[in-house]
Amino acid sequence: MALKRTTKSRIYRYTVYAVLIALVIWAAVSADWGRLGALFFNPQIAVKMFPAIITTALVNTLWFTVVAFAGGLLLGVLLALMKLSSIGPFRWIATVWIELFRGLPALLTIFGVAFIVPIAVGVPGKDLGGPVVLGLIGLVLVASAYMAETIRAGIQAVPKGQTEASRSLGMSPLKTTFWIIVPQGFRIIIPPLTNEFVLLLKDTSLLFVAGTFIWSKELTTFARDATTQNTNATPLIMAAILYLIVTIPLTRFTAWLERRMARAR
Amino acid sequence: MTTDLIDVHAPAIEVQGLVKTFGENEVLKGIDLTVTAGEVVCVIGPSGSGKSTLLRSVNLLEEPTGGTIRIEGIDITDPDTDIDRVRTRIGMVFQSFNLFPHMTVLGNLTIAQRRVKKRSKVEAERIAHEMLSRVGLAQKAGAYPGHLSGGQQQRVAIARALCMNPDMMLFDEPTSALDPELVDEVLQVMRALADEGMTMLVVTHEMGFAREVGSRLIFMDGGNIVEEGDPREVLANPQHQRTKDFLSKVL
Repeated sequence: MALKRTTKSRIYRYTVYAVLIALVIWAAVSADWGRLGALFFNPQIAVKMFPAIITTALVNTLWFTVVAFAGGLLLGVLLALMKLSSIGPFRWIATVWIELFRGLPALLTIFGVAFIVPIAVGVPGKDLGGPVVLGLIGLVLVASAYMAETIRAGIQAVPKGQTEASRSLGMSPLKTTFWIIVPQGFRIIIPPLTNEFVLLLKDTSLLFVAGTFIWSKELTTFARDATTQNTNATPLIMAAILYLIVTIPLTRFTAWLERRMARAR
Repeated sequence: MTTDLIDVHAPAIEVQGLVKTFGENEVLKGIDLTVTAGEVVCVIGPSGSGKSTLLRSVNLLEEPTGGTIRIEGIDITDPDTDIDRVRTRIGMVFQSFNLFPHMTVLGNLTIAQRRVKKRSKVEAERIAHEMLSRVGLAQKAGAYPGHLSGGQQQRVAIARALCMNPDMMLFDEPTSALDPELVDEVLQVMRALADEGMTMLVVTHEMGFAREVGSRLIFMDGGNIVEEGDPREVLANPQHQRTKDFLSKVL
């Protein structure tokens, strides 16, 4: 029997839907809802988490992300310019830096800054700003390495003719970079930078290795500790939902930006 | 600094023994060229002849491998020369316009005035509006380059160069990227500039422009100047076989 192409693809599509729906129903029926509800969705425990899960944990997560992002951005611009420099030692330093902190797990970098650096310089960690500051420095190092590569790609995506036009007007290399190249490069990298922000937001959950105070717990640490104290995982689910409330709008925003930029070209 | 000593009697452009190699490839093989103030010199030749490289060397967008280039007496191949300063006296117009897409037309015209010439915002904008009227785009100050036609973009690019009050203008195939019906508006602006006495070095395929506006025509091939002279004579009565071959193909 010869089916039309559209008919065939429609049948295929409906089959996929049917299988998916069957799987969801099977999962819903076979799951032990009583146990799941008691362990992960316990309303009494959920209520106990407020307001600290917002006013301390979520606020800390956002703060740490913003600080690490801003610091990483500043350092990242510097590293990107160094990597594109005509001066050899600048390039080498930037390359080693980027390879080192991109190659290491973020957890180890944060640990290294918080514990190895104080011993190496012979100053106690608390005199170097304490675990929160040291942990954040570690996160800034990680962020700077990733962002440097993104920024470098953005700068290199600006056509060479832009530099030539600027230099022909008598603008120095520094003025050309600042007024012509970097502003255009940044437009190009807003979507990947937003992505970087989301990754950083999640990486703040690694800050605990530097050590935490009651007031400095971010979402994951707060939820883990609360889970242990209550022997119930509801706080972890709440933390997960709070992460998604922040990250999904951001990734949606990135997708929207990308669509808009695709249209502009 | 030698850059302050402008010799008013020196030629606008004086190129001596200019050699440029890209790797193994010798693109310019010892070019000698003098352009005096007020001249309009057109350079023609097949692609790969080195004409664009010659033009781009005159404001040091290409670093010469050998030879000297003097702009109003200043040797720009001397590493001690402040090239940014010399470049403010040389307007450059590119084949692909190279307007700054993140700025309005007014921004394009004022950025170098403000950052290089240190003019005030008011002064820079006054000059920008004046130059925009000169190229017939007074009403486009607030537009972004992406919203302009190719011909309009190229006229803005010319106005941008003029804002620096250059002593000479370099044109690198200014109409080659344009749709045919937009070529004339750009050529008209260039013709008006020539009539006002601007010193111009123009790499072009527009033989009509070369004949009517040029004071001298240079034919380049294989990295050498093969023939030069009065445009009407060279075009009507080329002396060299290579010139004849080239003109028979383009005319």
